[in-house]
Amino acid sequence: MTATVAVVGASLAGLSAARALRARSYDGRVVVIGDEAHAPYDRPPLSKEFLAGTYTREDLALGTAADEALDLDWRLGTTAVGLDRGRRAVRLADGSEVRADGVVLATGARARRLPGTEGLAGVHVLRSLDDAVALRADLLAGGHLVVIGAGFIGAEVASTARGLGLDVTVVETQPVPLAGPLGARMGAVCAEVHADHGTRLLSGTGVARLVGTGRVEAVELADGRRLPADVVVVGIGAVPNVEWLADSGVTLQGGVLTDARCATDVPGVVAVGDCASSWSPEAGRAVRVEHWTHALEQPTTAVATLLGTDPGTRPAVPYFWSEQYGHRIQFAGTRGDGDDVRVVEGSCADRSFLAVYERDGRPVAVLGVDQPRLFTRWRRQLRSAEPALP
Amino acid sequence: MVPVCPTDALPPGEAIRVTADVPAPVAVFNVDGEFYAIDDTCTHQDASLADGWLEGCAVECPLHASCFDLRTGMPSGPPAKTPVRTHAVTVVDGVVHLQVGVAAEGAA
Repeated sequence: MTATVAVVGASLAGLSAARALRARSYDGRVVVIGDEAHAPYDRPPLSKEFLAGTYTREDLALGTAADEALDLDWRLGTTAVGLDRGRRAVRLADGSEVRADGVVLATGARARRLPGTEGLAGVHVLRSLDDAVALRADLLAGGHLVVIGAGFIGAEVASTARGLGLDVTVVETQPVPLAGPLGARMGAVCAEVHADHGTRLLSGTGVARLVGTGRVEAVELADGRRLPADVVVVGIGAVPNVEWLADSGVTLQGGVLTDARCATDVPGVVAVGDCASSWSPEAGRAVRVEHWTHALEQPTTAVATLLGTDPGTRPAVPYFWSEQYGHRIQFAGTRGDGDDVRVVEGSCADRSFLAVYERDGRPVAVLGVDQPRLFTRWRRQLRSAEPALP
Repeated sequence: MVPVCPTDALPPGEAIRVTADVPAPVAVFNVDGEFYAIDDTCTHQDASLADGWLEGCAVECPLHASCFDLRTGMPSGPPAKTPVRTHAVTVVDGVVHLQVGVAAEGAA
């Protein structure tokens, strides 16, 4: 039995790891290190309810009264700057260190920024609570919002900003938004919802530069067009927070490389959530997954690996959701570009449908828009077809 | 007591949403022949738990994966933090009945 586990990262994956340790009767010291000063909070509402003003900070809190019994040693507002593999110590920015017998890496990811926009007021990314507070303050002033990137974050911010009365334009480099997660056909269907609600979508258009001195005034596109902008939100993906591990001996490969059970190649060190690039038997390669449910569930496996016990549960089917303009978009499974897509319920034109992705006649993924009941049935069916852990 | 449906209309693994004669919608579940009833609306966000994913004695919200224990109404993980109310269920002459406002035995 180890005496201390350090959990580096205090968001959903880190908190879930700490809870999983105690759920498995680990009675040693659990130190949870988080670079943000805030206690663990839920990020999905940051682009939706919190940005809209219908959720308070208290609503975002992930912690519950039951967590007090976990007896966790919190180090919030403290950035981990290094991992000493030989001494099994996590070095912190304040010069101190945490010696641990086991380490859970759960440092997540950060929003990718547009190079050259640092210091320009009115330009935002959205990842943290502080980001959301700053963006909301700017949105409340009204005016023209330009969202760069029509992925889920971009689309949700556009939706919320329309609700707040802003004039919104979304710019997307790819010809079809969301083609990566949903495929081109369904990506196009979901993108049509922007126009239904008065948001302009400019696809297949790159951004040349942001215009403004001190504060952003416009977005200049690659084709020379200029979009007036009081506020700009950059939603162009996330980068795993793994640079601090560069000299640790942990292999980095688009994230912290782990096997299917979350083990890194350093004994006693596991990685979970957005920072981990974990072997996927389904994909036949290591994949970094940024889904909320993944950050919730994966720590159970990681903690079992750390403690040398049986993980017990089979891996869940990848699942994520988005909410835009009052529509609930849900996706489960693993999609490939050659998959056939079939709408089995409702219609895309009505913005209420269920689409099944099939490969060799077998369902591999499902997309639901405003079809939670049917979607849940399909999601369950996908899971029962999933192979167990090797 | 509010009559819900004949027992054979709610087979094991299924759920039904009750909206008539109740102050707020109630979800009634059949778990291997045992009936359970809880508030239908997830305490996290507006979603019908009767549409959720039944796994043993727990239901997972169809939207955000909050899990509730059907016996106690307690959430087992985020994002929900508040329990749902449970309601007693009895079977009278082959018909499932709901006692709204009467917590199920063993509920929190």
